[in-house]
Amino acid sequence: MDFFKFFGKDDNTSKDIAKERLKLVLIHDRANVSPKFLEMIKGDILKVISNYMEIEEKGFDIRLSRIEQDDDTYTSALIANIPIKKMKNIGKNNG
Amino acid sequence: MGEVIVITSGKGGVGKTTTTANIGTALALEGKKVVLVDADIGLRNLDIVLGLENRIVYDLVDVVEKTCRLKQALVRDKRFEGLYLLPAAQTRDKNAVSPEQMQQLCEELKQEFDYVLIDCPAGIEQGFKNAVAGADKAIIVTVPEVSAVRDADRIIGLLASSELPDPKLVINRVRTDMVKRGDMINIDDTLDILGIDLIGVVPDDEKIIVSSNRGEPVVAETSSPAGKAFRNIAKRILGENVPYQELEVEESFMEKLRKLFLSKKGTRSL
Repeated sequence: MDFFKFFGKDDNTSKDIAKERLKLVLIHDRANVSPKFLEMIKGDILKVISNYMEIEEKGFDIRLSRIEQDDDTYTSALIANIPIKKMKNIGKNNG
Repeated sequence: MGEVIVITSGKGGVGKTTTTANIGTALALEGKKVVLVDADIGLRNLDIVLGLENRIVYDLVDVVEKTCRLKQALVRDKRFEGLYLLPAAQTRDKNAVSPEQMQQLCEELKQEFDYVLIDCPAGIEQGFKNAVAGADKAIIVTVPEVSAVRDADRIIGLLASSELPDPKLVINRVRTDMVKRGDMINIDDTLDILGIDLIGVVPDDEKIIVSSNRGEPVVAETSSPAGKAFRNIAKRILGENVPYQELEVEESFMEKLRKLFLSKKGTRSL
């Protein structure tokens, strides 16, 4: 019998498990934005990018996601997939 | 001009009504003029917890629909000077009132009372929107369980978007023995997760059930630990700097012993 375990907690007390689980689920809850909100972001991104390139609007996909970091924690990320049809000519003269 | 405080939680059954009744009574005992508004239309309970269920003539919906004057609907608690109840309607639903009407009602009550405490229904729908509409401040009640803490977080988010930032947290029904064993989320964990300020910690106390059985708020009882915690919350609302009760910071004997051994364990060479 582990003498020290007898004196109580190792790192896996149920409250530690609860805390970890809560932290994970809250990241997701807090990032859970409405489709309307995403549509607004999508519209704005489209406007900005359209200044520089022609976009395949049908394939334009944007969503919030959870990404696992190297240290096993999660962060929220905005993932966008924006297919390009054609680059516009702006800015070429500067190069 | 008084202050309107909404007591909310998201999850049901965490003690919103008990908290409202007890903070309100404690504020009245401190000499303030207080009205408790039951916004849980259709599921009224603040009246029975306070022991005023037999004295209701008119209710909140009657006031809003102008069936009666505001003063006619207020039930005066004869045991506590300065304490009044505005009961919810029991035979109607949440849609009987609009946020605008609640706002107007709160404005009116603020003229007359030092504190207007609103007992919010569970959930995040119409009843919640009504309850927070006229509020200046918010108190969130939670218990140290994953479901209640998660719902509290959701409410914090919703309050932030309805111009009620900086809500204060009451952690209810804390069981010191379980916290010491590491089987209940403790105060620091909860604050760490939710990221808002604490205004009170209420220990789990059998006297709460006994007092609602009798319809007598537990703050009136000097020997009850929960009663003391609620009186402390009232004092903090009044701006007093009340230190937290021992249960919140006390380290158990076993905990101290464990730490002693753990520090030795660290230097052991195996």
